[in-house]
Order: sequence, then structure tokens, then C-alpha cells
Amino acid sequence: MNLATANASPPATQFVTLTINGQQRHLEVAPWTTLLDLLREYLDLTGTKKGCDHGQCGACTVLLDSKRVNSCLVLAVAKDGSQVTTIEGLAAPGSELHPMQQAFVDCDAFQCGYCTPGQICSAVGMIREGHAETADDIRELMSGNLCRCGAYPNIVAAIEKAMDATRARLSV
Amino acid sequence: MINFAYTRATGIADAIKEKVEANGGGQFLAGGTNLVDLLKENVARPARLIDINRLPLAAVEPMSGGGLRLGALVTNADTAYHPEVQRRYPMLSRAILAGASAQLRNMATNGGNLLQRTRCYYFYDVATPCNKRQPGSGCPAIRGQNRVCGVLGTSAQCIATHPSDMCVALAALEAVVRVSGPQGERSIPIAEFHTLPSNTPHIENTLSPDELITSIDLPESPYAAHSVYTKVRDRASYAFALVSVAAGLELDGDTIKSTRLALGGVAHKPWRLPAAEALLTGKPATKESFLPVAEALFAGAQGYEHNAFKIELGKRAVVRALTLAAKGTAAIHDVNGQTADA
Repeated sequence: MNLATANASPPATQFVTLTINGQQRHLEVAPWTTLLDLLREYLDLTGTKKGCDHGQCGACTVLLDSKRVNSCLVLAVAKDGSQVTTIEGLAAPGSELHPMQQAFVDCDAFQCGYCTPGQICSAVGMIREGHAETADDIRELMSGNLCRCGAYPNIVAAIEKAMDATRARLSV
Repeated sequence: MINFAYTRATGIADAIKEKVEANGGGQFLAGGTNLVDLLKENVARPARLIDINRLPLAAVEPMSGGGLRLGALVTNADTAYHPEVQRRYPMLSRAILAGASAQLRNMATNGGNLLQRTRCYYFYDVATPCNKRQPGSGCPAIRGQNRVCGVLGTSAQCIATHPSDMCVALAALEAVVRVSGPQGERSIPIAEFHTLPSNTPHIENTLSPDELITSIDLPESPYAAHSVYTKVRDRASYAFALVSVAAGLELDGDTIKSTRLALGGVAHKPWRLPAAEALLTGKPATKESFLPVAEALFAGAQGYEHNAFKIELGKRAVVRALTLAAKGTAAIHDVNGQTADA
């Protein structure tokens, strides 16, 4: 890779259409814009957090076409036509919280709260995947979401509490 | 992150054509879990990303002759939870689930897993020399922080490891990598896919520059009933292997008919030694039989300041993996790839 090529003038932006929290958005983005930066900087959806920005902490977890992913490692331009659900889209504005959100409140499953949107989106994605039954399963399958405050015991309790209600919501 | 162009390939031939046209400045984009990170670190500096995610390579299909074909774009998660993979190749399912996090496994693809780069700290840190990143610049790992580095097949230029769990199981299963390129299609046995560092640590596999991985083919396996993936790491989940072992036994009663063993975390490629496996043929499945195999696998191993422990740890992990495999796959696994204590 020679530097002359690397330093060539920036390639043109591209258009993508994404359905974000049920709303179709037509966006013009540079190829190197991550889904995380698109959400936070272009759309003011700042519920999704930037933690490590390297796919190691899980704070940026969103549901992309119903699957949980690290949005910091997704290039937005590659996801034309996809559906994205962020923490803002789990429950309609003004309506009741999503059962997983309510369980996090009820179980005091956070301290500083920075990892919480990622934890909640990840937990909803995990329940949709259908491989978690026990607390051990939850601990293993949520290991991609770090909580530096160490609220893990209450996070596991919240997820166990919300599991049935979340499942019921997925099936409708 | 440098600025780069982005194009979306419409077919396999189109993807290869675009790669050729990029003249060494192009990289294929699949799941992006490693590549996008390397872009952010300025380790990867492509002029153009060629997005292959819309290519028709996302199926798991039975092969005529009895094997199973894993499309290059099937995600690691979909592969690990595929009923046929779980039933016929439980070692592979467990290896995948022992790696990364659920989010990363939802994104990462099978082809990309083969091509992931080492996690050696110096490779990632562009402020330091690294023969793999910048040939001829030196290897600080040899005298530096080398806990994550290898002890087998290392060279004076590079002691990095291949970080994959999946590939360790693929090595034990003798998978075949199918590729497509400007010269047509070819198949590469997994043992010949990854390379040792020698004097060219920047070369990590035998893919030609413009070839695209299209599938990973698994031959029929007699090891499903007695296979295990044992991974030893610094924390219980979401960490790269210090040492890992994929082990499969084919048993006739208590007598071993054949064995497959591959090691992860110890070399620039999944480490396999068929001559060591052959030591077990006709032997009873006991610790006494397993110990010489562990010794043979680590013959010639060279430890460095912070990783010499891997030699003894690795030998013990081999014995443990074989002991667990002898008990039977069903006895030792839960659905999430954890190994119950023996």
C-alpha cells in the first residue's frame, strides 16, 4: 500500500437507506462512517454509547436486523436496507418501558449507567437467539458487555426477571 | 483511519475483478469485526474496500459424498448453532462458541475467521516496530510482552500466534478451504492454508493476492461422539486462548482407533502433528497413553520470558482434552460450549 494511494483525495460519500427505530432514513455517509457514529453524530441518537470503539466492551450494542452487534465495527454504508433498533426504539415514546428496561430499573442493575443501553439491547438480542436458560448461560452469553461498575449480579437478576416477558413480546 | 473508497460486489467474478483492478490496494469486507478495527488502528490502510456481503456464499449445505459445506459468509454464530454442525462436528461448534462475544460471532464470518490477524500487541501498535506489519522493522515481542505469543514454530523474525479458536477445530477436522480467483477455483487443505512466520511473517496464508474464500468444506468425521474443545485463558469468557486443544477420538470399546489433535494459542497456525496422533492408535484411552502424545506435540518448543509456562500448560491441556474426549462429547458439554469439570 503506497502512501500516494492512501493520501488520494477523499472518495465521494454514498447514500444509504436505513430503517432506524421504525423510521426510514435516507442518509449520505462517508464509507468510513460507523453505524455508531451515524447514530450519535448524524441522528442524535445518543443512547447508544461509545465505550472502547474497538468491539471489546459492548457499550455500542444495537439490534441490526434483529441481531445484536457492536455498532462501532459496522460500516453504515455496508448496511443499506437494514433495520436498526437502538435503546431509544425498544419502547414507543410515552409508552411503558420495555420489560428489559423496567427490570433493569427494578433490580438496580446499573451504577453509572454508561453500559446500560448496550446491556439491555444485548439482553434482548440474547433472548431472541434462544440459547440462554440459566444464570450461567446468561453470564456466558452476556460476556461481550462489560460493566466497569461491577453491577453484574443485578444485571443477571434483571435479565432473568425479564426473560419471559421479553420472549412473549418477541413472539407477537 | 484513512479515507478509502467503498464498492459493493455484485457477484464472485465481479468481486475478484474489482480486487485485481485495485492493484494491491483493495481488501474484501465481510463481517468487518477484525478489519474495521485494524482500519481504526491504522494497521490496515486500503485504498478501497470491496464489500462481499451480498454474494451468495451464506449457506450451510450437505456435500455429495457426505461432508458439509460452510459458506464463507455464514456467520460464526449461525455456523456454531447449525443443527448439522452441532450433531456432526460438535468440536467445531464448541470452538466457535469459545471465541469472541455473542455480538462479534453474530457479525464475523467463516471466511473472515480464517483471515483474522494476530493479536500480538506490537502488531496493533503502529508506534512500535513489527516485522509482520512492516517487514524488516524488527520484533519487539521476542524480548517484550510475549504472554500472548507462540512457543512452537516461531522464528527470529516473529513469534505471533494465529488467534482463532474456530481454525483449531478446522485443523483437527481436516477441513478444506475452497477459493476462487483470477485463475479459477482451487481447494486448499487447512494444514496448508496458514503458514509459519519464518522469514516472511507478513505472509500468513497461501491465498494468492486476489483470491476469495468461497467455502470451508468439512469431510465426514468419525469423531462426533468423542470430541472436545478445551480452552485455557486468563478469564472464563471473552478472552483469547493462552492454550487451546481440539481433540477427537475414534474408539473401539476402550481402544483408540484414530485420533485428531490440534493446538491453538501456541503458534502462527493451528498446530497439528499427525505422527503424535498416531502414537495413540491401538492404545487404551488412558492418561498413561496420552502423556507421550503431549510430550511429542511440544517437542522443540521454545518459551520466551512471559510465555514459557505455555509449554507445561499445553501438555496438561492435551492430556485433559483427551481425557474429556474419551468420556464422550455428550457427557462434557453444555449448550454454550462450556466444558464441565472432569
